[in-house]
Amino acid sequence: MTQPTLLISTRKGLFIAEGSGKDARITRSAFIGDNVALTLADRRDGAWYAALDHGHFGVKLHRSADRGETWTEIAVPAYPPKPEGFVDKDMWGREREWATKNIWALEIAPDADGGLWCGTLPGGLFRSEDHGASWSLVEALWNHPTRVKWNGGGADHAAIHSICVDPRDPRCVVVAVSSGGVWRTRDGGASWTSHTVGMKAGYVPPEQAELPEFQDPHRVVQCPSAPEVFWCQHHMGIWRSTDDLASWQQIEVQPSSFGFVVAVHPRDPDTAWFIPAHSDQKRTPITGEIVVTRTRDGGKHFEILRDGLPQRLAYDLVLRHALSLADDGNHLAFGSSTGNLWVTDDQGEHWHTLSHHLPPIYAVRYA
Amino acid sequence: MADVVFTPNLQRHVECPRREAAGATVREVLDAVFADNPRLRGYVVDERGALRKHMSVFIDGRQISDRERLSDPVESRSEIYVMQALSGG
Repeated sequence: MTQPTLLISTRKGLFIAEGSGKDARITRSAFIGDNVALTLADRRDGAWYAALDHGHFGVKLHRSADRGETWTEIAVPAYPPKPEGFVDKDMWGREREWATKNIWALEIAPDADGGLWCGTLPGGLFRSEDHGASWSLVEALWNHPTRVKWNGGGADHAAIHSICVDPRDPRCVVVAVSSGGVWRTRDGGASWTSHTVGMKAGYVPPEQAELPEFQDPHRVVQCPSAPEVFWCQHHMGIWRSTDDLASWQQIEVQPSSFGFVVAVHPRDPDTAWFIPAHSDQKRTPITGEIVVTRTRDGGKHFEILRDGLPQRLAYDLVLRHALSLADDGNHLAFGSSTGNLWVTDDQGEHWHTLSHHLPPIYAVRYA
Repeated sequence: MADVVFTPNLQRHVECPRREAAGATVREVLDAVFADNPRLRGYVVDERGALRKHMSVFIDGRQISDRERLSDPVESRSEIYVMQALSGG
């Protein structure tokens, strides 16, 4: 990959950057003024998808067949009516509305030509068979007895934010929920099992700390070339699984294990990147220094990467979808809630500023 | 027939000019409009049919009281404004 294309989703529009390392430039935009939650670039047919949150006018999905030059509105996932008498209240005792509040995950479903998976707030997973022309709720997960205990982590509503489709079997899919744990189906969504053994929550009474539905994974990724290996940036720190989710092991990292993002190298399950923040109480870089942490040995050791990143008076937060690693394993990009965007073409050894004045960045993704 | 006016802010996303529509309630009037302009529906109400959180509807200058079922009555010469509430930045 010599000329990667980066899709940048922000509070005030979608921006498209092209080029590598210090030569990367923002060249185009779309949806200026609109809140863009995230994007998907479908390598099968070249289509791009953008999830928009219009606030007043609701959540919308758009599709582009010409790499962002023109967009067409497509269907948005819609929840079925709540059954009469069904009790479904959130942690504040408010009746949970069965209505799409936002989109926090969008991935391809390789077992069908137009197959897509979509993770939403307040916690529903949806499936499309027709490139997003229609969607259906994955009822087995939504109707799981623990689902009513899922709650807001990064937002007021529970959110499916990570969808990992197993490269060995497209019917095998892992989803992660803030806050609602890690779930896997092996039959395309018909049944689901929990996979949080080893994780611990510090925001519930101790006897409930290991309950699957109270785990708050901020982001989960699976290594494409070693799919039995998963990395998780959890609310309580960093965890890794090397036994295909039978268990998770916690890993301590300096200067902090708190954060929202994680990326794993596509061909090396021991190489992963994180962006640390100062504890869940503050959620800022440590002492005003923006750094990236990288391990090359499965978490035994971490390097702190800072070349080209602000090292004083920086208070950027990198949200969970705002770090992307290109398929070549060398290009990374991350954007912050204060509109700064950095890229590297050498796995993070040197970072280059792509912009200091974008709107708040929600997501970045290499097309 | 009620006279239905949509906020100009919606026009950027969906064309929805002022028009007349029949119905005894807000729901019936809006459904008549959505029947001719199906994409508009999702911008005004959610999948439950409830008015979106930051939208407001006025009948002859009065804000409607039933945002879920949209059962507020509409007169034959009523003027209905579908507006967006002020919020956000």
